[in-house]
Amino acid sequence: MTNVLYDVPGPRAILRNRILGAITIALVAAGITFVVYRLADTGQFSAAKWRVFTFPLVQQNIGLAILATLSAFAVAAVASLLLGLVLSIGRLSDHAWLRVPCTVFIELFRAVPVLILMMIMYYGLPPLGVTFVTPFVAVVTGLTLYNGSVLAEVFRAGIESLPTGQREAAYAIGLRKSAVMSLILFPQAIRAMMPVIISQLVVVLKDTALGFIVTFHELLYLAKFYGAQFTYGSPIIPATIVFGTIYVLLCLALSGVAKWVEVRSRRSRRGARPANVAETELAASKI
Amino acid sequence: MDTLFNNLDLFALGFQNTLLLFAVSAVFALGIGIVVGAMRVSPVPVMRAFGTLYVNLVRNTPLTLLMFFFAFGYPKLHLVQLPYTTLAIIALSIYTATYVAEVLRSGFNTVPTGQAEAARAIGLPFAQTMTLVIMPQAFRAVIPPMMSVFIALLKNTTVAAGFSVAEAGAIRANLSERGEPAIVVLLWVALFFVILVGVLSVLQRYLERRWKVLR
Repeated sequence: MTNVLYDVPGPRAILRNRILGAITIALVAAGITFVVYRLADTGQFSAAKWRVFTFPLVQQNIGLAILATLSAFAVAAVASLLLGLVLSIGRLSDHAWLRVPCTVFIELFRAVPVLILMMIMYYGLPPLGVTFVTPFVAVVTGLTLYNGSVLAEVFRAGIESLPTGQREAAYAIGLRKSAVMSLILFPQAIRAMMPVIISQLVVVLKDTALGFIVTFHELLYLAKFYGAQFTYGSPIIPATIVFGTIYVLLCLALSGVAKWVEVRSRRSRRGARPANVAETELAASKI
Repeated sequence: MDTLFNNLDLFALGFQNTLLLFAVSAVFALGIGIVVGAMRVSPVPVMRAFGTLYVNLVRNTPLTLLMFFFAFGYPKLHLVQLPYTTLAIIALSIYTATYVAEVLRSGFNTVPTGQAEAARAIGLPFAQTMTLVIMPQAFRAVIPPMMSVFIALLKNTTVAAGFSVAEAGAIRANLSERGEPAIVVLLWVALFFVILVGVLSVLQRYLERRWKVLR
């Protein structure tokens, strides 16, 4: 295998690579050993600090917190897909009175941090007499406004990446504007952008953790609650390990789906070539 | 308007801290990101494996969780005691570094293999192949997405507000003690973020155009 940065290694290069590899392993092992030693030395692995997580009631609460996180994710994901679809149609419209407001909306909500959006909902609206804002509503609205705007740009990029012949051929056989969009352009664009769309959904899942700051009762909130239990030795680090692992596993699973879709649709020869996740994701300015 | 001008001191302090977090984290993220990015494209398989592991793991970790660990967990390890601002900078740098590494890796991948092969064929050693042929081409592909990463970093600094750092996201909590309406304060904060992101976007477009012409 030849690469832009290096050639196929010869005997000396192989030896050098092995030495460098051994040094890397030693350094990483030293780092991990140090962290584990500090954890053990400060008593983080003592049974007393982990006892709280063996209670059935606590485990049940953890299950409920996972459900809370997942339901916020599910609602926000569906809502931002819909909002993204509507905004991208508006942004691609031929009418300026529709296109300009949609563009402004997208640019505005992409620039404001998600946490500030959640705070506007949670702290800003209730004093004005809005009563329905629970932390759940604040989290879902914040996530939807931001990710909907980002997804709108993803959909638009997908449509603009299609060959112009697709649109022209559709018009030539007499389809109307709405049919060209819904039958010809969107199905291909969504298919091409599927990996990017799913990896944006990973961002939604990750950002539900921001709900912790606006007192949404999700995984991190529970982690802090159990971590502060003095009776069980304030197990904040065991709690972080338990709840963090759950969070990371959820995100990894969804990322795995994104990767799987990308590989699968690249292998199938029909339809538009799927976008490369890493490149498009970075180009669209979102993290 | 009064809400802004009567509390200009807090707004100024908040955004000063935000910009401080942004600038320092950007430097460290760039540093860590270059190391990890180099590991991900290196000819040593072990380095590639560790680079990939780091990027995949941290990318799938919420930033809030990282901050949570550093703000609440780190002090329990009885290492050097650090202020919350420093801990937030560590979390932001570790998180952003993965994105920097990915930008660098895909930047190198945009350079056609033939370029390096041609450079080697005319006898250029590794250092010159890198500095004269590959780096100048990769650099151009890297600038626009790198700016996007920094824009995201700027917005991510607000997460630190939830962990006892007095930056822009925390202005609301401080001003509610002075009896200011939360919505007005938050809208001002949002407006300042739109302006800051706008400045970075203009810079991004300028750099993109500037480097494109030279190609």
